[in-house]
Parts: sequence; C-alpha cells; structure tokens
Amino acid sequence: MRKLVFLLLLHAGVVQAELGSHIKIRLGVAAPENFESVAAPDGSGLPIGSGSVTEGKALYINQCAACHGLDGKLAGNAIAGGVGTLAGDRPFKTVGSYWPYATTLFDYINRAMPYGNEKSLNANEVYAITTYVLYLSGIVGENDSLNESSLIEVQMPNRDGFRTAKGYVSASLHEK
Amino acid sequence: MPVMAAEPWMTTSGEPTSLYGEPSRFARLQRERVNAHPYGPAAGSSSTPLQNLNGTITPNSLHFERHHSGIPDIDPAGHRLTVFGMVDRPLTFDYNSLLRYPMQSRILFLECSGNSYQNTALDAADMTCGELNGLISSSEWTGVPLHFLFDETGLDPKASWIIAEGADASANNRSIPLSLALEDSMIALYQNGEPLRPAHGYPMRLLVPGCEGNISIKWLTSMKLMDQAAHTREETSKYSDLMTNGIAEQFSLRMEVKSVITTPSGKMSLPGKGVYEISGLAWSGHGSIRRVDVSADGGRTWAEAEKQSEPGNLRAVRFRIPWQWNGQPAMLQSRAIDAMGHVQPTRSDALRGHAPGLVYHYNGIQSWRVNEDGRVRNHYA
Repeated sequence: MRKLVFLLLLHAGVVQAELGSHIKIRLGVAAPENFESVAAPDGSGLPIGSGSVTEGKALYINQCAACHGLDGKLAGNAIAGGVGTLAGDRPFKTVGSYWPYATTLFDYINRAMPYGNEKSLNANEVYAITTYVLYLSGIVGENDSLNESSLIEVQMPNRDGFRTAKGYVSASLHEK
Repeated sequence: MPVMAAEPWMTTSGEPTSLYGEPSRFARLQRERVNAHPYGPAAGSSSTPLQNLNGTITPNSLHFERHHSGIPDIDPAGHRLTVFGMVDRPLTFDYNSLLRYPMQSRILFLECSGNSYQNTALDAADMTCGELNGLISSSEWTGVPLHFLFDETGLDPKASWIIAEGADASANNRSIPLSLALEDSMIALYQNGEPLRPAHGYPMRLLVPGCEGNISIKWLTSMKLMDQAAHTREETSKYSDLMTNGIAEQFSLRMEVKSVITTPSGKMSLPGKGVYEISGLAWSGHGSIRRVDVSADGGRTWAEAEKQSEPGNLRAVRFRIPWQWNGQPAMLQSRAIDAMGHVQPTRSDALRGHAPGLVYHYNGIQSWRVNEDGRVRNHYA
C-alpha cells in the first residue's frame, strides 16, 4: 500500500495532511443485540415456539388455502404430493417431494408468507402452519406438533436428493 | 443557406433544457412483460428488449426485472445493513456511511438463472429476442468491495458462507460461498452512474459478478456469516437443477458461456434479399469471451464474427458479421467460446441429463429461422 504524506506550508504554520489508501474508514456501529435473520437446518435462528397440526389447519384454511388449495395440491402452487416422482417422466416438485429440510419451510413462511401480508404471523403460528404443511404430505401425523427442537429432527423424504455442484458450476451443462 | 427543403425542426427553436431527459418520441422503448405470476403480478418478471438495443450497456430503465414480492419503496434513512454471525464484531451500516467507503466501478453482465427458460419447453415459442433471452443486462456497477466491511467486522476463520437477505416483503435470502463472494463481490450503490433504481435494489444490493442474478440480493439488509449453507427456499425448492436420475444439483451459481443474435431475431421481418448485419451479445461467467462464431445455415458452416466492443472479464461483448441473404430459408445461430475454452452447446446438449420441466442455467444455441417471406422465428434446430 502506498503511503503519501504531504507537508503543506501555510501562513499560520505547518499542517500535515495525510492521504492514501492505508487510511481505514470504520463507520459500522454495534449491531442490535440478538440480531437474527435466518433459520438453518442445524436449528440456528429458530425462535422458541411450537404449533400443532390442529392449530395449523385453522390458520392454513384462512391464510394459505386460497393460493395452495385446501389439500395443498392446487395446480401451479402445489406444496404437497409428488413423493417418488423426481426420477420419472413427470417430476412433481413440492415441499413434500423435493424440499430437503423442514427448517427451510419454517424460514420461508416466516419471511415471505402469506403473500401480500408478509411477516404477519407470530412464531407459534409459523410453527403451526409448518407442521400442517408437513402433515399434508404425510410427513407428520395428525396429532403432532413441532417446536424449535423437534423441527430439526423431521426427516424429509428427499433429504438425500441434493448434491453441491462442483466448483459451484453446473457440471451437467459444461462438461460436454 | 441549405439548398434542401427545410424540415420544421430546422426553422424554429426547440424545447428548452430539461431537468430530466426523455427519449425521442420516435424511439420510445419498453421492457417486454413476459411472466406475471398468476397469484400476484408483483412476483413476475420483465425483460430487456435486446432486439432494440445496440452496444453493450443496458439503460437502467430497460434493465430486466425479477421480483418476488414487488418493488419496495425504501427510504434510505430507515434502511440498515447488518453483518453478523461468525464475525468478531457484529456491525450495522447505514446508507450514508457506506457512501463514504472506498468504491470500485466495473462493467459486468448480470443474468437471471432462468433466462431463456422458454427455450427449454417442448415447443419453440414465437417470441422476440428480448422475450426469450432478455433476462440479461450489462451495467457499470459502482460499490463497496465486501472486504472493506469484513476488515471491519473481522471474520471467524471457520466462516465459509454468507447468508444474504433483502429488505423487500419476500425478504429473499440466499447462501453464498464466502470464497466466491470474496473474489470480487461488492455492495453496489450506483448503476450506470446513478444511484440504484428501486427495481434494482435501491438503496443497496449485493453484486456477485458472473453468477446467477438471484444471489445478487437486492435491497440488501443483512449478511450472516455461517459455517454452512442455510438451504433457503430459493436454493432448494427453486434455482436447483433436477437431473433425470432424480438428484438435484445445488449451488450451481456461475453462469455459463452463452450468446444470442439480437438482430435479425424473433418476430422481425426482413424486407427482402440483400445484405444484413448479424449482431448480438456474448458473455460467460467464467471470464471473458474468446470468440463468437456465426452460422447462417443452421450450424453446417461457421464464420468468426468481429468483436465490436471492449472485451473484459465478466463483460458482455457485442459481435457482428455481415450476411448476404439470397431470399431462401436460412437458419441463424451464434456460438460463443470463452477464455477457459468452454463452448456454447447446442440446445439438445444443453438439456441432456436435465429432468423435464423448467431448466435453469440454460445456455443452448439460439436458432432463428428466416422464412422465404423474410419473417424471423424462434426455432429448435
């Protein structure tokens, strides 16, 4: 790094002006305590709370079914069904058939749903709707409820269906 | 005095100077509105009318858009960027502070991972070049390189991913490999010299050069450093590549070598046989473009096109080559080769191995069929 120090002679005396990229600017201020942004598969970022299939059903009917269908299978926005179709001629990608982690479902509902009324749900409501959506694909039972501990134990049907592209490059497209 | 007949604009004063410019009323362009989500137009996309533009820079007002919950109206006074997680000092930055940091300016292409997805469908849609391929832009981006912020927060040596999040209603979030982000990513604050427009991330966005546009999070409001990916919805449910064996590739982030002829192109009509300039754009997420070949006979013979713009790393180049059309049916194609030696594949090669349905990162050769009547149409060669 180049250091330039200019000595300027002024009427009133000698003033030293320092110029150069070695001078660091540091304007960040302490982040808010307990700041959080994302729920991850290891459970980090999940808020404390819980919700059941029964609680989730009532919320889902009112706030989700219009776009996703009462059974979660409304064409174009389906979130249930399709398990076992991924390697076939008509792969059907839904939460149940495709998503590898249940935490992803919590994170997405929590940040982006319901569409047009985002971030209106509290933590318990997000757990409840998450649990109900998993129930629509038969991943949890009708008497189940999930919380910040049990959510990360949920085994999604397609848990092992993903691999990281080598070098973050789509190998299938350029190794030809 | 000119000898020719005076046109009206030669004989009276024109409009006075203006505070904000407008295009000529004879040359007004607009984006192609391609895809509005059935449950809400705010979740759709619009694309750049490539067939109406020349050179390499995309005007900001015609830059493609892809939003997940519309365009937020952000007052920068209420916007913050927080960097936290596996750092020594979790810090928050406001807009005015970031404006004081050292910046860099780079001309870069930015392409949506779903660009040209219509050409992965079974039938070739009769669309314009912009409708089909216009989720690509080139801009001069100016912003703060990420390392300045990480110098300030300090990084845990175990940190390996950044989970970036937007401040819009969708709070779009993506996991980005730290090694990739530290190559040359920036917090972009200006686009083509002016502050970012709301549609493109005002007041600030992440910009990860050469990679799928979705990870260049607009309206950037937080970056969490982690030792693993968060596996967000946008990198599992979407933007992953399902293969025919039922396995999906994840984090295929770099955009592939690609080119497209922008003129003559879809839905144009050539007025008659004669000489036409074939011109288009080529780009690669792997670096610069080495050469572009053009064929007018559906790939039987190729000729190297002339590069007309300054080449550069992760920049789109403009190519051209004159073509004598004899009035017979013709098939125009372009094929780009990047500095790493990657060759743009044919459509069938690009789709091989991919499960049926929408394919991301599609970079197959675009074919334009020219009929005897001069009509140009999208075609699967």
